[in-house]
Amino acid sequence: MTNRTSGFGWFLALFAVFLVAAVILQPAPPPDPAEMARIEARLATGGAPTLEDILARQNGETVSNDYRKINIGSPEQAAAMSSQLGTLGGASDPDLWRALRFDEADIRVSAGGDVAKTLVQDGGMTWYEFREGPLITYGGWLLLGTIAVLAIFYLIRGRVRVDGEMTGRTVERFQFVERAAHWTLAASFILLGVTGLLTLMGRKFIAPHLGLETNALLLTWSKLIHNNVAWAFMLALVVVFVMWVWHNIPDRTDIVWFKQAGGIIGHEHPPAKKFNAGQKVIFWSVILLGGSISLSGLSLLFPFDMPLFAKTFAIINDIGVPGWFGYDPLPVSLAPQEEMQLAQAWHAIVAFVLMAIIIGHIYIGTLGMEGAFDAMGSGEVDEAWAHQHHSIWLDEVKAREKEAPRGATPAE
Amino acid sequence: MKAIFTGIVVMALIAVGAYYGLHELGYSSQARFSGDNVRLD
Repeated sequence: MTNRTSGFGWFLALFAVFLVAAVILQPAPPPDPAEMARIEARLATGGAPTLEDILARQNGETVSNDYRKINIGSPEQAAAMSSQLGTLGGASDPDLWRALRFDEADIRVSAGGDVAKTLVQDGGMTWYEFREGPLITYGGWLLLGTIAVLAIFYLIRGRVRVDGEMTGRTVERFQFVERAAHWTLAASFILLGVTGLLTLMGRKFIAPHLGLETNALLLTWSKLIHNNVAWAFMLALVVVFVMWVWHNIPDRTDIVWFKQAGGIIGHEHPPAKKFNAGQKVIFWSVILLGGSISLSGLSLLFPFDMPLFAKTFAIINDIGVPGWFGYDPLPVSLAPQEEMQLAQAWHAIVAFVLMAIIIGHIYIGTLGMEGAFDAMGSGEVDEAWAHQHHSIWLDEVKAREKEAPRGATPAE
Repeated sequence: MKAIFTGIVVMALIAVGAYYGLHELGYSSQARFSGDNVRLD
């Protein structure tokens, strides 16, 4: 008997490959004719803004500042010292002001380092508006939406219960040191999440109701807790990674687990080792997102000492990623303040995503699944629970216990 | 529950240690980027 397939699966796979290739290899969009006309017009003004530029700006259109940014004079253009404008050194007053405006001037400062050399940093307003607007709005709705979805899911699905009776016999799921490390990570993450949200949202949601003084007090304590508890989070993250990475390497059982939605939807219970595929997703989310949050957090903890983004953008540009989507290369010359702003934005965005994931993790570990909390509470789980959710792991534990029963002491 | 309390105590100890350790190293923005002549306190 031959096992023939229709080939539809291959067709879908091929289609997906073409779709991805079409997105990646799409040509860059043609230059905007209006922008081209403005570039032409500027040739007549020697680089100064034209009437078209001014009208476009008044109409609310985005006018690139690139031509102003480079129009800052040059020593090569300087008139001879003996001539009328020789003492200007190749840069007129407008050239000088443009250089200050776009942070291109060769500033020398007696104190404050590179940070003090930036006199005007126009990215600050963009960052501030992003922080007060989309970051709070979408971040806040992501968390509330996650809670709402879980509440609806709970109402529809109810608690995932253990089929049949509990056996009354337990097996050790996690050792004490594993649980303690988990709770160090968990407690620090919750504190960091709460204090981070207070820092981000306090001005908007607390100050109008409880007053600026109360908000200031909360911010002072939030900063103190956030900056110092961060170290507990980072250390626990490393410990948890070392302890559990071996159990979280993806394998074939994960495919079956995903196919059956882990038994959470429906009533099948796929076999799993010590960590099932869902737990592996949580583990790698915590490690990768938590690691990324830690890196950007360190950059914020040591202001201006750990710039990350210019280097990262340079790597992304070298790979050519922006070009795949028809975008210009990312900026690789960033003011120290811009580095901090990007670090803050990245820190908060990734933290929101991880918080949403962890809310799901807390749900399934407490309310969502009968018996799940015991694994991290007492460390002992009922065999019926273990059989239902981690059958391969239970078999391994049983096999080991047969070889060396619990409580047995080695022969003298 | 013992593991939960232990985890929280470990967290608190690391945080307190970090507070004193880092201030001993003079890492704060106040210590690094500011001086007496620009602060009111």
